[in-house]
Amino acid sequence: MSFLKKSPWVLHYAATSCNGCDIELLACLTPTYDVERFGIVNTGNPKHADIFLVTGSVNEESRKVVENLYAQMPDPKVVVAIGACALSGGIFRDAYNVYGGIDKVIPVDVYVPGCAARPESIIDGIVKALDILEERAKERKRQRKVVPA
Amino acid sequence: MNTPTWLLAFGFILLGPLVGALLAGLDRRLTARMQSRQGPPLLQPIYDVLKLFEKDTLVVTGLQTLYLWGFLFFMVVSGFIIFLGGDLLLSVFALTVSGIFLCLAAYSTNSPYSNVGSSRELMLMMAYEPMLILVPLGFYLVADSFRVSDIVAGSPWQVLQLSGILIGFLFVLTIKLRKSPFDLSSSHHGHQELVKGITTDFSGSDLALVEIAHWYENTILLAWLYLFFAPLGLAVALPLAFVLFFAEVLVDNTHARLKWSSTLKASWLVTIVFGVTNLMLLPLMT
Repeated sequence: MSFLKKSPWVLHYAATSCNGCDIELLACLTPTYDVERFGIVNTGNPKHADIFLVTGSVNEESRKVVENLYAQMPDPKVVVAIGACALSGGIFRDAYNVYGGIDKVIPVDVYVPGCAARPESIIDGIVKALDILEERAKERKRQRKVVPA
Repeated sequence: MNTPTWLLAFGFILLGPLVGALLAGLDRRLTARMQSRQGPPLLQPIYDVLKLFEKDTLVVTGLQTLYLWGFLFFMVVSGFIIFLGGDLLLSVFALTVSGIFLCLAAYSTNSPYSNVGSSRELMLMMAYEPMLILVPLGFYLVADSFRVSDIVAGSPWQVLQLSGILIGFLFVLTIKLRKSPFDLSSSHHGHQELVKGITTDFSGSDLALVEIAHWYENTILLAWLYLFFAPLGLAVALPLAFVLFFAEVLVDNTHARLKWSSTLKASWLVTIVFGVTNLMLLPLMT
């Protein structure tokens, strides 16, 4: 079993979000939901993170940040898009200034719908992401054997 | 040097990190309970480190890994000396060298966050180092020896004679354990102004090394606390040391972070008022 499942550290970035999903996401850390039970820690540092949680519809300014943060995270890593805007642009999808979805910018593994996404569904999304993370870890281990780092 | 002390010293190398990890796990659980959360499993710090070994290690410069091994090595040396019953002063020096190596590692990565973090860490070292030196000095004046084995066999009254130094040591212990209000070089919460301070640029196995060294450090600091009460016997000394160690968690959860200048002023004030005064009054007390 991979220990990634027991200690996923998340990085949270609001890519031009209205902050609704961000508040719900941070609610997961509060005593009511307490995701630290599962070893989940909110790090502000991409180099320590395993799961990238992104909210918002992404515009040109936040695109650079999203790509930069994604590139700085060490493998294995997964991306979870949270909220309607992060999935498709939501109510902003017709706006001229948004990309409309995180997957237009970086590869997304799990989509968590909702406007705003409920804390329960965010936790559910992270749990789904853990399985993908474990797969990636195995794959990465195999790669390291072929090409030593 | 008899066999049990060697066993103790090698036991420290093997079991030291385990004890330190359990202390860290208990710390996280206690913290969670104080915030009316359930908190992570007791073994969470161990899971974290095992996970870090599964991750890729991003290397900014090859030097960083070398320096981090230096950090870990001198930490082990410092603890080894204590558990061997050796010279306490030498142990302090090894602890300081190890701290310098961590700063060097952070400086070598060139990230602005780790640079600020290590500048602050050096400032913290200036804050706690005088008090840390006073501890072996106090023990020397009471037990007439810097050797840990002689201090352990000393008079049960030494903790009363050294009460000022104990207060000063508890104060700098908060700095050494990187607890609020003195967690300004590397906070436990990465989503703050300094990101992760010193450890910002370490990832994967490099970060795991830092964590393991911190486990050793936990054990060493607990051993220092134990040393004050050691002549009272294991049954009294160990619970006392544990209670004082976890009092730091309460302090951590009830204080906001200080600026470096206030930290420096506060810790030197405590060093002078409690530490130096205690040293000067010692001849009257014996």
